[in-house]
Amino acid sequence: MADYPDDLHYSKDHEWTRVQGGSAVVGITWFAQDQLGDVVFVELPEPGAKLEKGKPFGVVESTKAVSELFAPMSGTVVKVNKAVVDAPESINQDPHGKAWMIEVQIADARELEGLLTAAQYREHLKSQGP
Amino acid sequence: MALRTPLYQAHLDAGARMVEFAGWDMPVQYKGVLEEHATVRERAGIFDVSHMGELTIEGPRALEAAQRLVTNDLSKCADGQAQYNALLNERGGVIDDIIVYRFSPERLFVCVNASGREKDFDWVKQRAGPGATVSQRSDDWAQVAIQGPGAPALVARLAGSGALDVPTYHFKEATVAGAPGCILARTGYTGEDGFEVFCPPDQARKLWDAVLAEGAAPCGLGARDSLRLEVAFRLYGNDMDEEHTPLEAGLGWIVKLDKPGGFIGAEALKRQKAEGLSRKLAGFKVTGKGIARHGHPVRARGATGSVGVVTSGTMSPVLKEPIGLAYVPTPLAKEGSELDIDVRGKPIAAVVVKTPFVIKEAKKSAP
Repeated sequence: MADYPDDLHYSKDHEWTRVQGGSAVVGITWFAQDQLGDVVFVELPEPGAKLEKGKPFGVVESTKAVSELFAPMSGTVVKVNKAVVDAPESINQDPHGKAWMIEVQIADARELEGLLTAAQYREHLKSQGP
Repeated sequence: MALRTPLYQAHLDAGARMVEFAGWDMPVQYKGVLEEHATVRERAGIFDVSHMGELTIEGPRALEAAQRLVTNDLSKCADGQAQYNALLNERGGVIDDIIVYRFSPERLFVCVNASGREKDFDWVKQRAGPGATVSQRSDDWAQVAIQGPGAPALVARLAGSGALDVPTYHFKEATVAGAPGCILARTGYTGEDGFEVFCPPDQARKLWDAVLAEGAAPCGLGARDSLRLEVAFRLYGNDMDEEHTPLEAGLGWIVKLDKPGGFIGAEALKRQKAEGLSRKLAGFKVTGKGIARHGHPVRARGATGSVGVVTSGTMSPVLKEPIGLAYVPTPLAKEGSELDIDVRGKPIAAVVVKTPFVIKEAKKSAP
């Protein structure tokens, strides 16, 4: 069930971010995968791609729904999780862990200040319906 | 506010995620689309399809009246048999796809799509003529579909072994799970063996609970859509509409142009046939990376201008490949034709294939 680790930051668009020094690992939250249902396709950028905070950087699709991924911060993609592209169902199984999506070299650490803590994100979810 | 079927509370009790569909609050999934899909392909699932509508055409000239309104030939449909059919406008466009259940030449029961409840009723009533009384019956019936290789044996446990003697596209009146006055039809929208059961609304919950107790899993509209698309069953409003004829939609097999007396839309179809079809609904598999969806533009491989549009598309849970249907110019509808599908601005390669995408071997129901 939903467990939002305290060491992650969260966006209102339901991406999570784990900051490690000057880079950040990004994925989607348990809530996001639950809303989507069975994920069957993921499209991620290539390493080297530039991200702009708030702009789409990829797509997650379930059998019924298409959802864009929004960059929680600006930066450059340094690593892509190919395993999640090959096995999109891992997003349903372990969204905050092995189904991480990309690692980003952070362009401006100040952008992280707008992200939510786990407690704030749980609060935010209360406004998102069931 | 969206309408609720008699099984609304049953869906909440089963943990369904509800969505609005054609004005109805319907379950899109319970545990998950893939699991529900697999259950129906391998065992048995139950769907609430009470949002669909019903009407009756009754009277000494009921059959005659219906014949003028539908594309298929109801004189070839025996009493106790059901027939897949279409209602057309004068231009040959599809008003709805329907199933006509022939109790007798004087009594026809018609199942229509949710979107056709009022539209079809008005259309048929205004054109039935004397000697045929058309009645709105949509609120008189709930309907569940029990589908999958395990469905016939399951239904036999609830309705008696006589259920197994109902051949495909036939029906009988029956008591099912202690619910009297049901119509038990060997029809469905999944490509699997099974039944659709019309029952009085106040009996729906009892029937639903009995089917679950026999081991069927509740299945939502999500699985219903992926199941029907794998066997290339058309969905009204997506693959068929008033702007496309049944010939274009690949439903020529339910169009009997030489039927005595003709039918509304027949002249337009004869003209279209004489001139040749300019476009057709084709099945495709995506060979590139992406899932084609309803509304995505279609081009010939490497060409620039869009020449068609995807009407249905999903990831096939059985094939684990993206599949879909699209209207394309007739020359491109041939098996092997190479297409590009515009998925969010990017051309994704696809190839036209034979349908159904998933072939279901003919199965005999176990005794």
